[in-house]
Amino acid sequence: MRRIQWGPAGVGLSLALFLLIFLVIPIAKVVFVAFVDPYTGDFTLVNFQDFFATSLFRESFWNSLYVASMAVVLATIMAVPLAYFTTRFNFGGSVLIQTLGVIPLIMPPFVGAVAMQMLFGSNGSVNLLLDDWFGFTIPFMEGLNGVILVESIHYFPFILTNLSASLANIDRSLEESAQNLGCSGMRLFRRIVFPLAMPGYIAGASLVFLKVFDDLGTPLLLNVNNMLAPQAYLRITSIGITDPMGYVISVILVLFSIFSLWVSFLAFRGKDYSSVQKGGGGLLKRDLRLWEKAGAYAVIFVILSLVLAPHLGLLLLSFGTVWSFAVLPDGFTLEHYARVFESSYQYITNTLLYAGLAATIDVILGTAIAYVVWRTQIVGRKWLDYTATAALAVPGLVLGIGYLRTFFDFQLPWSGQPLATWWVILVIALSVRRLPYALRACVAALQQVSVTLEEAAENLGATKRRSVWRIVVPLMSGGILAGFVTSFATAAVELSATLMLVSQQSDAPLSYGIYVFMQSAAGRGPGAALGIVAVIIVGLGTYISHRVIERGKRQRDSGRVVAEVVPT
Amino acid sequence: MESTPISIQRVGLAFGQHQVLKDISLEIAPGEFFAFLGPSGSGKSTLLRLIAGFGPPPSGRVLIGRDDVTDLPPWKRNVGMVFQNYALWPHLSVRRNVAFGLEERRLPARLIREKVDAALQLVGLSELSDRRPSQLSGGQQQRVAIARTIVVEPRVLLLDEPLSNLDANLRVRMRRDIRELQRRLGITTIFVTHDQEEANTIADRMAVLNDGVLQQVGSPMELYDQPTNRFVAHFLGTANLIDGEVREEGEQRVFVGPGGLRLALDGPHPRQEQAIAMFRPQNLRIHAVDEADRPADGQIRGKVEHREFLGGLIRYSVLVAGLSIVVDDEHQRGRRSFEIGDDVDLWLDRAQIRILTS
Repeated sequence: MRRIQWGPAGVGLSLALFLLIFLVIPIAKVVFVAFVDPYTGDFTLVNFQDFFATSLFRESFWNSLYVASMAVVLATIMAVPLAYFTTRFNFGGSVLIQTLGVIPLIMPPFVGAVAMQMLFGSNGSVNLLLDDWFGFTIPFMEGLNGVILVESIHYFPFILTNLSASLANIDRSLEESAQNLGCSGMRLFRRIVFPLAMPGYIAGASLVFLKVFDDLGTPLLLNVNNMLAPQAYLRITSIGITDPMGYVISVILVLFSIFSLWVSFLAFRGKDYSSVQKGGGGLLKRDLRLWEKAGAYAVIFVILSLVLAPHLGLLLLSFGTVWSFAVLPDGFTLEHYARVFESSYQYITNTLLYAGLAATIDVILGTAIAYVVWRTQIVGRKWLDYTATAALAVPGLVLGIGYLRTFFDFQLPWSGQPLATWWVILVIALSVRRLPYALRACVAALQQVSVTLEEAAENLGATKRRSVWRIVVPLMSGGILAGFVTSFATAAVELSATLMLVSQQSDAPLSYGIYVFMQSAAGRGPGAALGIVAVIIVGLGTYISHRVIERGKRQRDSGRVVAEVVPT
Repeated sequence: MESTPISIQRVGLAFGQHQVLKDISLEIAPGEFFAFLGPSGSGKSTLLRLIAGFGPPPSGRVLIGRDDVTDLPPWKRNVGMVFQNYALWPHLSVRRNVAFGLEERRLPARLIREKVDAALQLVGLSELSDRRPSQLSGGQQQRVAIARTIVVEPRVLLLDEPLSNLDANLRVRMRRDIRELQRRLGITTIFVTHDQEEANTIADRMAVLNDGVLQQVGSPMELYDQPTNRFVAHFLGTANLIDGEVREEGEQRVFVGPGGLRLALDGPHPRQEQAIAMFRPQNLRIHAVDEADRPADGQIRGKVEHREFLGGLIRYSVLVAGLSIVVDDEHQRGRRSFEIGDDVDLWLDRAQIRILTS
C-alpha cells in the first residue's frame, strides 16, 4: 500500500484505545463477573439461579418491568392527544404543546420526585384538598405509583416528539389518494395514518421504557427500593463490589436496554417514509368546533398542570420554611438559597468543572470519530462509531459499577487513592455516557461540510491536518457547539454513575448534593434550591443549543450554493 | 509562467470490483488546452482527480513535467484544480479564500497581499474582495475559484466541469474568458466536460472516454470527421451508422448493407467482411421522387417516417431497406418540405462516407 494515512491511523488507534479502556473493558468486566463463581472463579450460571431464587429480586424484576410498562402506558395517554391536536387540526395551542414537550426534559426526574411527594403524596397538597372537600384521597404516589407518575411526566415528550414528527411527515397527498380510491373515516385511519405513524410511536415508547427501566435516582428518592436498579446500587454499596448480585442485575439492565433499542431500530428499518414523500405538508387539517376547542384546551390544561407540578413543587420547596401536612408551606424564605451558596457551593463549582470537562472530551472525541469514520479509509473505522454508539445501551449505574470494578485496584501514584474514586474517572464516565449524542451532533455537522471544501484546501497545499484545522473544524463549529452544550446540560444532572463513583463530599457534583440533601426532611429546602440551580443550568443549556442549531440552519440555507453537498 | 507537459502512463483504477479506468496513456503538450470528454460515469472526472492526487492510488504513473507525482499527496503536487461546485469556503471572505494557498506556502504578508490583489484584478473582482462567497452570483463564485487556484501559480490547471452550474448565456461568456486567461498565462490546462459543444469550442485537443476506456485523442475537427469507432461517431454529433461489408467489384469498392443497400465508395478501402459505414445527416441531400428517373449510383430511395423542425434545418428520419437514416435539410422560407409517408430519394456524397471497423 502506498500513501498510508499515518496521521488518521494514529488518531483512530487512540480513539479505539480510549473506548476499549473506558467502555468495552468495564462492561466486559461486569458481564464476566456475573457469570463467574465468586469463590472458585469458574464459569457458572449459579449467580442467575441465586438471583431468581431470591424472592426480593424476583419481585424487583417484576416491579421494574411493571413500572417501565405502566410509565409507557401513562406517557402514551398524555402524548397521543397532544400529538393528534397539533397535526390534525388548525389549533392555536400548538405552540403551547411544543413548549409542553420541552419543559419536563429540563428537569431530571429525581430532582422533582420529592416535590411531587409534597404535592401528590398521601399527605400532599392535592390529597389534603380532596380529603377536605370530598372526603377521599387518591394514592398517586404510593409505592410504585409514585415512580410511574414521576417518570411518565418526565419522559412523555419522547413519545410526543417522535409521534408528532411521524405524523407531520405524512403528506396529505397520501391521505387524499386513499380518499380518491374510496377509503375514508376509520378505515383510512387504520390503513394509512396508523401504519405510517407507528414507527415514530414505537421509537418514542421504547426510549421511555429504556429510560424508566434503567433509572436509579427516582426510585431511590421516593424510597422505593424493590426495583432492579436500586437493588443493584444497594447491594454494591452495602455488601461490596465483590457481591455478584449487582452484576447480575447490571447484565439484566443492559439486556433490556439493548432490547428496547433494537425494537426502536426495527420500527424504523426499511420504513424511512420521509424520503419517499419529500416536503410532506402533513395531514389534512381542519378547524375545531367551539366545544371541541374547549375539550382540547381542557386536556392540555390537565397535562400542563401535571408537567408543571414538579417545577412548581420544587420552587415552593426551595422558598418554603416548613411544609408538612399543609397545602402550602407555612412561610417563605431565601434561607435555603443562602445556605446552598454559602456552604455547598462546591457542588455547583464541581458540576461546572465536571460537566465542562466531560462535554469538552465529548466534542473532541465526537469530532475525531466522525472524521475518521466518514472521511478516511482506515480499516475497521465503522467500529469506532458502533462502539461509541453502544454506550447508549449502558445504564449509568452499570457503567459506574464497571468503573469501580475495573479501576479500583489501580492506585494514583501520588496519593495512593484508588483510581476508581478519583474525580477524573467520574468526568470520563460522564463523557462516555453522553458520547453517543455528541457523536451524532458532530457527524451531522461534518456531513454539512462538502468533501470538496477539504480537497480544495489540500489542492492549494494544505496538509490533511492543516485543512481539517482551517476548513473542516471551523465549518463544523456550530454543530460542535450544540453538541457541547447538550452534553454539558445532561452531564450536569447525571445521577446514577455519579452515585457509584463519588467517594467524598468535596468531590461531589450537584446531582449528588441534591440526593444527599433530599434524604432528610431538614435538607429538602436546600436540596430543592440546588434543584432549581440545576434546572436553570439545564434550561439555559437547552435554550443555547437550540439557538445555535437554528442559527446554523439559517446560515446553511443562505450558503447553500457554495457548500452544496456533492455525493461521492 | 513556464508551461509544463503532463504524461499519463498506463493508468488504471478500480473501486472494489469495478474497474473505473482501464490502462489509459496520454501525452498532454506544454501550454495545451486539453479536454476530457465523455458521458457521466465514463471516468473522466476520476482521471482528472487522480492527476490532482485525489481518490485511491492508481496503477501506472502520472508525470507532471519531469516529476513522477504518482505517490505524492495532493498538497505536494502544486496542481491547480477548480472544482465543479467551486468549493469556496463559506466561512472565509473572498480575499481570505484567495489568500489561503499563499498562506499555506508561508509567504510574507505583504507579498500575499500583492498577489491576491493581482489575482482578483485579473478576474475582475477587486471590488468584491470583502464579501462572503454566499453573497456572490454563480459566475462571480466561479471567478473567485479560478483566482484562488491561479494565485499559487500551479504548474498545470485542472477544471472539473466548471461551467455546468452556470446558466446558458453566462456559460458561453465564461468559456471565452477561461480560454483567454489560459492563453495569457500559457498554463497547460485540462478541462472536463460531458458537453461536446463545450469541448469543441474550447479545446486544442481532446480525449473521448467511455466506460473507463480511452476511445480516441485528437483535435475536435479530427474526431468529428474521422472517428475511429461507433462510440466516438455517435457521441460527437449525429451519425448514421450502418453495419455491412466492403466488397470489391472490379476497380470499384462497394459497401453492401442490410436489405441490399449499396453504397459506392471512393478511394482505396480494403475488403472487410464486417464494417460500419458512417456518414453525417448533412452529407445527404433529400429530393422528391422523380418517377422517370431510374435510381442512379449514390441515390437511395426511401419513405419519410419522422420529421423534426429545428429552425435552421429540418431533420428527417427516412426508412430505407429497414434502416432509419437521418437526413438534415436546410430550411428556407417557402422551400418545399416533406411530410411523413412521402417517398423520397436521398443522394449521398460518396467522398463523405467513412468506413469503420466494427
